[in-house]
Amino acid sequence: MTRSRRDFLKAGATVAAGSLVATSPLLADTGRIVLPSDDLPRADDPVIKALMQVAIDTAKSGGASYADVRVAARRQQNVNTRDRIVQGVSDTDTYGLGVRTLVDGAWGFAATSRLDKDSVATAAKAALEQARANRASQLRPVVLAPTPGNQVGEWKSPIEIDPFTVAITDKVGYLLAANEAALKVKGIRNVNSSMFFLREEKSLMTSDGSYIVQTIYRTSPSMTVTAVSPDFRDFQSVQGNEIAPMGLGYEHVVNSKLAEHAPRWAELAVQKLSAKPVEPGRYDLLLHPSNLWLTVHEVIAHPTELDRALGFEANYAGTSFIAPPKDVLGKLRIGTDLLNIVGDREQKGSLGAIGWDDEAVKPVKFDIIKNGMFVDYQTTREQATLMSDYYQSVGKPVRSYGCSYAQSWADVQFQRMPNVSMVPGNNDDTWESMIAKMDKGIAIVGDGSFSIDQQRYNGQFAGQVFYEVKGGKIVGQLKDVAYQFRTPEFWKSLKAIGGPRSYHLGGAFGDAKGQPGQSNSVSHGCVPSLFQQVNIINTGRTA
Amino acid sequence: MSAFGSDARAPRSLFAPAAILSRAEAQEIAQRALRNSPAPETRVTINSAARADTRFALNQVTTSGENQDTQVTITAFDGNRAASVNTNRLDEASLAAAAKQAYEIAKLVPPNPERMPELEAQSYPPLRERVLSLPTPSERAAAAKIVTELARKNDLIATGFIECRAGASALANSKGLFAYDSSSSVTMTSTVRSPDGTGSGWACSDGNSFADLDPATLAATAVQKARDSRNPVAIEPGRYTTILEPTATGNLVQLIAGAMQARAADEGRSFFTKPGGGNKIGLKVVDERVTLLTDPNDSPSTGGGYDDDGLPLEKVVWIENGVVKNLNYDRYWAQKQGVAPTRSGGGGFRGAGRALRMMGGTSNIADMVKGTERGVLVTRFWYIRPVDARTILYTGLTRDGTFLIENGKVTRPIKNFRFNESPIFFLNNLEALGPSVRINASENLGAGGAVYMPAIKVRDFTFSSLSDAV
Repeated sequence: MTRSRRDFLKAGATVAAGSLVATSPLLADTGRIVLPSDDLPRADDPVIKALMQVAIDTAKSGGASYADVRVAARRQQNVNTRDRIVQGVSDTDTYGLGVRTLVDGAWGFAATSRLDKDSVATAAKAALEQARANRASQLRPVVLAPTPGNQVGEWKSPIEIDPFTVAITDKVGYLLAANEAALKVKGIRNVNSSMFFLREEKSLMTSDGSYIVQTIYRTSPSMTVTAVSPDFRDFQSVQGNEIAPMGLGYEHVVNSKLAEHAPRWAELAVQKLSAKPVEPGRYDLLLHPSNLWLTVHEVIAHPTELDRALGFEANYAGTSFIAPPKDVLGKLRIGTDLLNIVGDREQKGSLGAIGWDDEAVKPVKFDIIKNGMFVDYQTTREQATLMSDYYQSVGKPVRSYGCSYAQSWADVQFQRMPNVSMVPGNNDDTWESMIAKMDKGIAIVGDGSFSIDQQRYNGQFAGQVFYEVKGGKIVGQLKDVAYQFRTPEFWKSLKAIGGPRSYHLGGAFGDAKGQPGQSNSVSHGCVPSLFQQVNIINTGRTA
Repeated sequence: MSAFGSDARAPRSLFAPAAILSRAEAQEIAQRALRNSPAPETRVTINSAARADTRFALNQVTTSGENQDTQVTITAFDGNRAASVNTNRLDEASLAAAAKQAYEIAKLVPPNPERMPELEAQSYPPLRERVLSLPTPSERAAAAKIVTELARKNDLIATGFIECRAGASALANSKGLFAYDSSSSVTMTSTVRSPDGTGSGWACSDGNSFADLDPATLAATAVQKARDSRNPVAIEPGRYTTILEPTATGNLVQLIAGAMQARAADEGRSFFTKPGGGNKIGLKVVDERVTLLTDPNDSPSTGGGYDDDGLPLEKVVWIENGVVKNLNYDRYWAQKQGVAPTRSGGGGFRGAGRALRMMGGTSNIADMVKGTERGVLVTRFWYIRPVDARTILYTGLTRDGTFLIENGKVTRPIKNFRFNESPIFFLNNLEALGPSVRINASENLGAGGAVYMPAIKVRDFTFSSLSDAV
């Protein structure tokens, strides 16, 4: 820690409340906490903790029955390349505080990047003012499920190499070597590769006595190769999205070995130019985990969010076909007995892994689908109480599963999915052994185009590479393939799944939900899965 | 004037308008970065915004939020080497540290042979007069209540969103360029559903300031659509004469603008690639009544905007009377091809301060329906994702009000459809256009862009499967 920062922090925190500066709040003044960029603030700094207490105290003295305050310092780095060129290297850091207040059962939220005592108090008052304005139209007050409270602790992503300590030359060299390997393949006209890193240090204080500090890392290497036909009448791309974003450090980039994969992806893109257009019809379909994770995400994870099922997200994300809760909990069959789905925030290296959620709940692993039957939703504290009757009737405690999340200090937390994953089959099957058992069908690797309706009934998913399988062998590539289904029928056609050896975590770095839209990062563990007689369409329309 | 009024004496939101960066403040921040930059050349980009939003669901306000932030991006150039550092800490020490960090990284990055030199000072049009303010939480809650109350009276359930943004941006470089602009935009949307879950209606109101919103009309439209859409029937997927309301038109037509990149076309990676080589400028690609443009005058910004390099934006006609007039050339590609760079801010929806306009016609939805023997009326599309870049083919679904037209009348609600369709295809099958109106065509219905679209009637729109979703 530098001397200047510590001193500035002290100066900032000792400015008396009520001395709001008359000049622009955006300009530095004696009331500002000044934090030089080379010394990113630590979320557990005692001075920051004191500021958070100011927000809690202001909220409580202003009539809040509950309040929480988050301070987050987030750093991101992007390195983008195209062909033999580095297109951009950019670092982003952002730092601020958000305070949420509950007054007579109504929420308010305000956030500020001005970390001095007055600004923080002003933000807390703005949140109180909103809560009172919002209360006027309220029909049913918010009730929070109990938590133990007094959660105090630290958590950190299990990284081996901090990406922000790796030299930029190493990162650039890594990507350009991968591009070069792809460009050596004849027919490749365009290669893009990138790496993205995020580190977020965030602290959370609640009015019921919790104080939690967490450091979260995310790392995403990616690559796309494009082949163009010599006559300029066709082009085809392959994205190497078998490599998923992870909640890991730079070791994930190293282990991804893009330069080793690049020639294969390039060959696949070139071959795709002359691949056979798929004949529409019904096919047995074997989906690789790198494809299936996105389908699980969209048609299982999203419709089992309780806020969607109850109608809170109807204006954007939509509602759910798994609703209303009283008619479907424990009663609705989603798929065959092979389908078991769990929610968790503990898988090592997963994007959803955390120690506590954004309202200080320690997450637990929970069943969502058990032997094909729907058994529970993803919840937050305020949502769990909406299910009290059901939980009491089946003898489950009324508790949140720890699904509260906000993308940044500037956004209010709400229900976001944890990792939602398949449970592997009790067998030794792998991708290869399942292809060997296929008589005739299509096998898809990598995620591609995806679109789903607002209740998650009708899904259409493509992929990166589509293999024609005959007699237990891959006989060639197909193109213009998408599978289209009605969700309940799709999972009821699930015929076989791979075992633990074939388990793979796919993931989404930026899953959007909410208004204003917020981005969540989440992993989905899957095993290769065989679906019977799925509708395949040809997407290659020419007129 | 909006139906619920706006009291000029009411206290503004706590974060506005004081948080909107003035030109002088922006200059001061830019200088703070520039004078501390060790790089031979430096660019500073400033984005400052205040946001206020209110969400409502199940006929009551559920959450709201207010925040403000100013972010500064410092790009250091060392010859053709470049790197950027972005921060929201604006004091001199932080900006100096960020500038130093950008330069330290830039020195390690391989030179980019495509990098263009920084521009000298440019001249920009004067800013238009506009009050940049945000509504109070009570004003937003009152607007929400207009919708929730009408829904309640009709035994329906309203969910919706109000978002208001106001802010300023600036760009400065070490060659003396300084650009400044300010903007504000607001949007309100609501989805109204029937309690039995069989009907859903939607409407939007979009503008540059809170007084532009018309929640009463929005409420009436969404409620009516919710009532009319209950208990939809399934009809066979297939090709239908289809009337797209302005939002539905915008949902798909904006996808064309996004694909109009000259380089991708010239390199064979675009619909706008000419078979055999070259691009489609000068070729007719859609019906001659189609004209698509970006115009700074439509922009939510008061200055009309500037691009990433600081070039002032100008009106760009992308398609005129069905013929491709322009593709987007960045400065490098323009130089390589011997043409002028396109002053559109990147082209497509991003262009001209996020303004996009399809010119309208003289018809209207009532007349279009009257002249339709059998067809489909679409309120809006959703979850639109690319399927085939070679034809700008996308998939997605209808949502919140899809109706059957028979013998010149809207006869009944129908189940939603999935489409696999390209705006290029259906704009070749154009029958009629209505007047162009401002809509919200973004998927998450946030505030920001100004999109003007007409209702249109087209033949043979391809609906490929049915959805049970309401």
